[in-house]
Amino acid sequence: MLGLFIAQVLNGLLDGTYYLLIALGLSLIFSLGGIINLAHGAFFAIGAYLALLITPYVGYFGALVAVPLIVAGLGMVTERTLFTRFYRIDPLYSLLLTFGIAMVIEQGLRWVFGASPQSYNIPDILRGQVFLGDFIYSRYRIFLIAVAAVAVAGLWLLLNRTSFGRIVRAGVQSPEIVGALGISLRPYLSIVAGIGIGLAGLAGVLLSPIYTIHPAMGAEIITLAFVVVVIGGLGSFWGVIIAAVLVGLTKGVLVAIGLSSWSTAAIFLLMFVVLLLRPRGLLGERILRFE
Amino acid sequence: MTITNTTRRRFLRNGAAGLALGVAAPAYLRAQNAPLKIGHLTPTTGFLGPLGEYAQMGIKLAVEQLNANGGAGGRQIELVMEDSVNPQTASTKAERMFERDQVDMIIGEISSASCLTISQVAARYNKCFVNTGGNSDSLRGQDCNRYMFHVETQNSMYVNAEGEFFRSGGMVDGKKWYTLTADYAFGHDLLAAAKAFLDTNGGELVGEDLVPTDATDFSSYLLKIRQAQPDVVALNLAGTQITNFFKQYGEFGLDFTLGGFGFDTVSAWAAGAQNFRGTWPNVWNHLVPNDASQAFVRAFTDAYGKPPENQAWGDYNAGLIMAKAVAEAGDASGDALVAYLESPEAQFDLMKNRKGYFRPSDHQLIQEIFAITALPAGEVKNQWDIFTTSDPLPGSDEPLERLAHSVTGGTCSL
Repeated sequence: MLGLFIAQVLNGLLDGTYYLLIALGLSLIFSLGGIINLAHGAFFAIGAYLALLITPYVGYFGALVAVPLIVAGLGMVTERTLFTRFYRIDPLYSLLLTFGIAMVIEQGLRWVFGASPQSYNIPDILRGQVFLGDFIYSRYRIFLIAVAAVAVAGLWLLLNRTSFGRIVRAGVQSPEIVGALGISLRPYLSIVAGIGIGLAGLAGVLLSPIYTIHPAMGAEIITLAFVVVVIGGLGSFWGVIIAAVLVGLTKGVLVAIGLSSWSTAAIFLLMFVVLLLRPRGLLGERILRFE
Repeated sequence: MTITNTTRRRFLRNGAAGLALGVAAPAYLRAQNAPLKIGHLTPTTGFLGPLGEYAQMGIKLAVEQLNANGGAGGRQIELVMEDSVNPQTASTKAERMFERDQVDMIIGEISSASCLTISQVAARYNKCFVNTGGNSDSLRGQDCNRYMFHVETQNSMYVNAEGEFFRSGGMVDGKKWYTLTADYAFGHDLLAAAKAFLDTNGGELVGEDLVPTDATDFSSYLLKIRQAQPDVVALNLAGTQITNFFKQYGEFGLDFTLGGFGFDTVSAWAAGAQNFRGTWPNVWNHLVPNDASQAFVRAFTDAYGKPPENQAWGDYNAGLIMAKAVAEAGDASGDALVAYLESPEAQFDLMKNRKGYFRPSDHQLIQEIFAITALPAGEVKNQWDIFTTSDPLPGSDEPLERLAHSVTGGTCSL
């Protein structure tokens, strides 16, 4: 019984990875531009459908590389044409905008591909299970977690060890001073939107083999991703990671002890408690312009 | 404007009726003037959207074919289709269909909760509502209603059929069962029926988990199931959750006998040959080997480029049944249709071996159903034919009503 409990805790820890990529992108786009991207889940869905489309030609691993790039491109176009008009006005408008984009994308997918869920499989080479003592785990998920870890590490290096990252971080704190130093944030805003949305596309490819590809899949995942961002604290890299792990763990443990019907409610309860004690989230930075 | 219109129409109709009576013409001539208006409501967005899409394809095909062959008792059929969204919106839209579009009846729905609200509106207007996708036993029990008819099979029939299948394979008496149940009315309903079945037949429930409706990941549940080592894993899940479960069940290498009490072929197709497994109850499927079924499959595939799902069967047949009812009753008023549908002569071809009829006590369409079993991935030839179908249930030597006894849902008084 103890063995099972440990297995559940381990699985819960890993479970958080699935929201992590989406939550990180959301947090990134918000902290630089102040846009709460409700369409983030829809880009995740686009990623999944693109994987479905191009896998027959380039294979799963080809899709894994190409799809995030295409989705990042779409993200940059969206930023350039739409987000950019909403940076300086009430965030309520950008909320409405991205909500609208999400609906248009979902219905668009339904038009093009039909409402029926699409079938998509784990590549043969990644099928099978791995046994660690009593703990069984899917080989595909280990791959998934490894890819996510590489993406997250890459993002961290980009933000913390490059001049690009320094400007982005400065821009998060005080865009006016960055402007006064003669640096235009516009290209940075586009690239950050591209990276954030590209991560959602990557999550789309990674999750398609184990979840179902259907038009509303974005709406399905976006709520939990938001909860992760809120718990972790907007703008905080490590906060989002800790929150993702916490959320996965909460779910896993509740299922393990037979309270599965509470597993979703408990996550919202967790968010409630965190907000009560730390309104900015666990590691939320104080971003003056949003206070 | 509306008032003038209705008055004028009523004047014409009464005039025509009087004239028709005067010359003692057959009843259908009098009706020939006005088209029959059928309202179709079903969810086309949300988690039931995939089924709703098939439902709309089914009813459209039925109406096209009927109109090409002279309509319903000589009346051409006009179809008004809308997305029912949720129980509240379904109720509002049903109201609008009766009030503004002046529909003669409403066909459709998949959500049992929306069935209930639509049936209440229909009863207020004394018009028929034909449920093609709501499975809940209470709709045939305590929530039944004189104007509501059920083409879709009810939960307990599916449970009895699926249970029968497992019992004949020796998988019930003294065997360990593990259930996963969607945490809302549909799942709870199925679970209650399944528990009653296991109780009666000596099955042991070693594990039961309620799954929140927004859960997409089953890894925690799969670890528990693996630990429990059951003989049978039974699912009371719906929609994309079933598909996610299939994919992850295989992913974690679990191999216990898999089955469940509610199913739609769209979930199997979405899982794909590699992931779909187990045996599942089904109101009808595209592999049912008789001429009528195969003719329908061909017509549907010609029209939409893919074979019909069981939900398409439901709405297609509801269309045909109601067209026949209007023709036979000579009138589309709710009371005339109820009188006909309850009468012993109302027997319907359902593309199955035996004809079906609506049981007068609760308006459930009594009919044969099927069980589908996944083909091993190696034997699959295309993306649609990934399972085999059983012979009709109950077997040809047994009474048709044998599976249709409910243990949950209360009693119906019409």
